[in-house]
Amino acid sequence: MTSEALPRTTAEADPTAAAKPQKPGGTNWRSIMLWTFTVLIMLFCLFPFYWLINISLKTGSDLSSASIVPPNPTLANYSSIFQNGDFTRALFNSVVVSFSTTILSLIIGSFAGYALARLRFPRKFLILAIVLSISTFPPISIAAPVFKLFTDVGLYNTYLGLILPSLTFALPLTIYILTSFFKEIPRELEEAALVDGATYFQAFRKIVIPLAAPGMVTAGMLVFIASWTEFLFAITLTSTPDARTVPAAIAFFTGSQQFEQPLGTISAASVVVTVPLIVLVLIFQRRIVAGLTAGAVKG
Amino acid sequence: MATADTTAAPAKKDAEDRFGNEERKLAYRMVAPSLLVIALVAVYPIGYAFYLSLNEYSLRVEGLSRFAGLKNYTTAFSSPEFWEAFRTTFLFTGLSVAIELAIGLGMALAMHEAFKGRAILRTTVLVPWAVLTVVTAMLWRGIFEPELGFMNSMLNALGLPGGDTVWLGERGYALGVMVFADVWKTAPFMGLLLLAGLQVIPSDVYEAARVDGANRWQRFLRITLPLLKPAILVALLFRTLDALRIFDLPFVLTQGANGTSTLSLIAYEELTQNRLLGLGSALSVITFVIVMAVSFLYIRFVGGNIRDLAES
Repeated sequence: MTSEALPRTTAEADPTAAAKPQKPGGTNWRSIMLWTFTVLIMLFCLFPFYWLINISLKTGSDLSSASIVPPNPTLANYSSIFQNGDFTRALFNSVVVSFSTTILSLIIGSFAGYALARLRFPRKFLILAIVLSISTFPPISIAAPVFKLFTDVGLYNTYLGLILPSLTFALPLTIYILTSFFKEIPRELEEAALVDGATYFQAFRKIVIPLAAPGMVTAGMLVFIASWTEFLFAITLTSTPDARTVPAAIAFFTGSQQFEQPLGTISAASVVVTVPLIVLVLIFQRRIVAGLTAGAVKG
Repeated sequence: MATADTTAAPAKKDAEDRFGNEERKLAYRMVAPSLLVIALVAVYPIGYAFYLSLNEYSLRVEGLSRFAGLKNYTTAFSSPEFWEAFRTTFLFTGLSVAIELAIGLGMALAMHEAFKGRAILRTTVLVPWAVLTVVTAMLWRGIFEPELGFMNSMLNALGLPGGDTVWLGERGYALGVMVFADVWKTAPFMGLLLLAGLQVIPSDVYEAARVDGANRWQRFLRITLPLLKPAILVALLFRTLDALRIFDLPFVLTQGANGTSTLSLIAYEELTQNRLLGLGSALSVITFVIVMAVSFLYIRFVGGNIRDLAES
């Protein structure tokens, strides 16, 4: 499926570059410069992460040598973190929290998106403006009240207590992306269904949702990544490894033992929690770029 | 509006009204869950934070909770820590956003060129974006680690001075590392936003300029930059909003030591370590007001987009 709903923001819409005739003789310089630049950008983007992998493959005295290639590469750090109950627990917690946030956000966000894209009702602009302004809230400004509120109602240190704030910050993005996707679906398809006696809700569920699948994937990916990465609530709303997610676990890994850092194991843990995201991002590259730029380019 | 009369009277206007009413009800039912979550976990807490900020409230002293007026705010505004965090936050924001714009623009221009490396480039820049901020902080801490880090070993290997610098242990350098880490993670994002902006510039504008004899540099200055301005502004605002709220990067990198404490971080410290909910809330309200001021600017820029979406 193509992403017609986000016109002109996808990577392939690019007639400009292809149409440029190349100056005779200038071609070589141009490509040398471009390739040099490419190599520099690649080094800039990839080397730091490589360095992390490099450290994660070292143990013992190798850790105190700054060699660029591990002299005796070993997976010992990886097997040690997978034997660490707190870390595996955190991984499990992160999976639960991130998946729940993503699914909930898609369900209730798609309701709102459909209403905003299709149905006629007053104060739509106001609702959208409020929803979008939430995405600019500094999380710290609600951390203390949410902490108090959740302590009072027993949501402190629970999954739901982490899912709710994550969901709140995910909804604006989900609603924005899905509203623009729903608007691009030809109205005639639903109207045909409505004429045949379907209700609005049936038209939404049976026709609009399947057609908006690419938009759901885009929004879902971005929400999942944001939720997986969320840090402030992860450290303020948990107190034990029971509900603590991966970013908080990694931060406390170091915080407690500042002077004697288990550098190798932290690096291995960092690699383990980052690689799934990198894989997702590379697989869904187009969708993610379309989603990221949706808010920025006047569509 | 006529009320819904469901007797079999399919005159066109009646049918529309009936539909209209049904439609409105359904619409409100469909937006309700989202608005409910937002009201519960964002709007109500913000109101509560305002309230807390006007009270003396400590979790340490049992039962201490009394109205204090603006006392927490005057305490905040007269503390050197606040002004230092204020300076740091804005310095960090200015520096990182400016550098990100420069690097992001370079990346966008390269990713827009027609050459074989374009696809690799577009894939590569997504990698830093996918790295968790907490991990980003860990990673740069490792690289700037004084004994075993890549930075110092490279300086020493090349015989350059400064190979014994304790980067995160000195004011200035520590903030520099923080800016560097942020630039690494988000310059690619800036590049992608600007690339999207470049792609909407119609190619015939360039053709016309070429026919008129404009060289590459002139085309960049006179066509690309002005037409890219809206995309640049939105990208700058996006990044500014994020940078002003920065929390996890200094938290993991330095825990706010050596001039890297930001507004979010000092508010967090008051709230959690000192357990002063009143003062901590005042600090978070101040952060909130600063960020919202910037975000109003942002809404003005994307307001047109929202209006388009709201139309039906």
